[in-house]
Amino acid sequence: MMPRSLVEAQNLTRVFDVSKPWLSRLIEREPKAYLKAVTNVSFSVGRRETVALVGESGSGKSTVARMTVGLLSPTAGTVSIDGIDMWAPASASERQKLRRRLQMIFQDPFASLNPRWRVDRIVADPIKAFGLAKDGAEIRHRVGELLTLVGLDPADGGKYPHEFSGGQRQRICIARALSSNPEFLVCDEPTSALDVSVQAQILNLMRDLQDRLGLSYLFISHNLAVVRHMAARIGVMYLGRIVEMAPSAELFAAPRHPYTRLLLDALPDLGMTGRPRRPIEGEIPNPIAPPPGCAFHPRCPWAFEPCCLDVPALIDSGASGRAAACHAVEAGRI
Amino acid sequence: MSEPVLSVRDLRVAFPTRRRTLIAVDGVSFDIAAGEVLGVVGESGAGKSLTGAAIIGLLEPPGRIVGGEVRLGGQRIDDLAPEEMRKVRGKRIGMVFQDPLTSLNPLYRVGDQIVETIRTHARITEGKARERAITLLQEAGIQGARARIDSYPHEFSGGMRQRVVLALALCAEPDLLIADEPTTALDVSIQAQIIQLLKRLCRERGTAVMLITHDMGVIAETADRVAVMYAGRIAEIGPVRDVVQHPHHPYTKGLMGAIPTLGPQGERLVQIPGAMPRLDAIPKGCAFHPRCAYAFDRCRAERPEPMPAGPSMAACWLVAAGAAANAAPSAAAGSARARR
Repeated sequence: MMPRSLVEAQNLTRVFDVSKPWLSRLIEREPKAYLKAVTNVSFSVGRRETVALVGESGSGKSTVARMTVGLLSPTAGTVSIDGIDMWAPASASERQKLRRRLQMIFQDPFASLNPRWRVDRIVADPIKAFGLAKDGAEIRHRVGELLTLVGLDPADGGKYPHEFSGGQRQRICIARALSSNPEFLVCDEPTSALDVSVQAQILNLMRDLQDRLGLSYLFISHNLAVVRHMAARIGVMYLGRIVEMAPSAELFAAPRHPYTRLLLDALPDLGMTGRPRRPIEGEIPNPIAPPPGCAFHPRCPWAFEPCCLDVPALIDSGASGRAAACHAVEAGRI
Repeated sequence: MSEPVLSVRDLRVAFPTRRRTLIAVDGVSFDIAAGEVLGVVGESGAGKSLTGAAIIGLLEPPGRIVGGEVRLGGQRIDDLAPEEMRKVRGKRIGMVFQDPLTSLNPLYRVGDQIVETIRTHARITEGKARERAITLLQEAGIQGARARIDSYPHEFSGGMRQRVVLALALCAEPDLLIADEPTTALDVSIQAQIIQLLKRLCRERGTAVMLITHDMGVIAETADRVAVMYAGRIAEIGPVRDVVQHPHHPYTKGLMGAIPTLGPQGERLVQIPGAMPRLDAIPKGCAFHPRCAYAFDRCRAERPEPMPAGPSMAACWLVAAGAAANAAPSAAAGSARARR
């Protein structure tokens, strides 16, 4: 059996109340409205492993990321880091200890850095917050070290974020995330706002850092090629649920769930193999009123009766750690 | 081939500032034939959107065209009076922008917007224009067009809105369609739908298309020819298959290698060091030379013009030196792909 994973998420569910104000509801005689952003999502991330969640907008992947780092409390389910339940820690100091071990990198490097702080203050903030250094000199030394680590000059610490390009800012965000010596990083679309050549620099940097520091990543992205490049295991999300979870190579070689298949078919083909590109019909349904049964059935060419009735469970298939939530796969129709 | 629909020669766009004049587009030349899709690809700041805006006469002041010429079906359009240009725009050149919500007026029903555009450019009755609008929406893949024509833009989803914008851009049967990042705001599954639609509609009508995007995948999928822009100039232009599979310019090579693919995992991505230069600090000689692994003395002193390289044109002195075609690609692949 594998050693215990570093991060374990069990049946995460998050419901948002999207009701109109009380008076409007009273006048228009409408009930309360709820949006199920995430339903029963479970995954684990091993040490030095990269696990990716991929999905289109509205699939709930960012909500999962926020629950995993503790920015958002789950409606149901648990997240545990190294066996400690994040939402039921014994004391505040224990929670503080837990927080040091996980950090987050956000999508937009223009919005996630305080424009009025110099870079060294930004990077030093977690060090101060967690009391990881004895004095100012040690903090300065550590900040210089971190900036060098992410490929910047220690002298850059005296500048403000606006003096940097998008790629350099994302490097600053990474330096800040690393300053508390975390073991686990949640990266929510870390390269979506960057140009391809800069994206390549950041992805390479993230992999180098993983090798050097033994980090674990939860990598959130809408870009299948980026996910393929980064992750060992991939979970495909659709409308708040993981519909397929598989090792990266196997997912791309032999996708099982119809949504994964169609998503791969819809990718632009850079190799120009002349492979026919089959777009998925229709659009993602409204998450406030999702279709009954499997949420994908209105767009699915393989849908049959049970798909409209029951939500398929994520069922493990064999030894390779693959799982798919699909009635047709279960019944052997695909 | 007969006369191209669009012919751009040595186009230069400048932004005068207090200190100096910044050249944002510098000597760009290309043609687009009827029914052809030219992809214009580049990273942010390459000048691809400005080129599109200059062609259609929608440069934001103080930006203006300071040199070269733009011909549409043989007629010069870059020196037309604003009033004349307005008649060309919409009638002979259609436009699709990135964000479909900003190109539709939120206060008018989509049908009214299409009818108004049709009647601006053609003398037909309102009833006929409305019938045409419904046909157009149907062709653009909007189901139940007759029922949805009186909806407001906010009642459509992102993909549906982009279909409406496409119908709007094509309603006056333009000769040229300029699509600036038409699928960037959309999800992958919707992106594929819109690209197929764009291709189909333009093929049926023989419309020339200038497709501006940063996504090489979209270009490979859609375009017949592609122009790669860097720092306001065309680095390489040629048939899409040649540029994607056998790039000649070191920038194109780096760009292609930097894109993660669905191929075998584990390799490092090719990394182009540094970033695109700012407009006020474009290096002398070839603008790419500080980032280029093959740069030699001539690159630092003299600016290369596009020159034939196989079926493509590449603005690179290596091509002139004859070294790029055979020796460089293998060397590039070897050194850049090696793990650390």
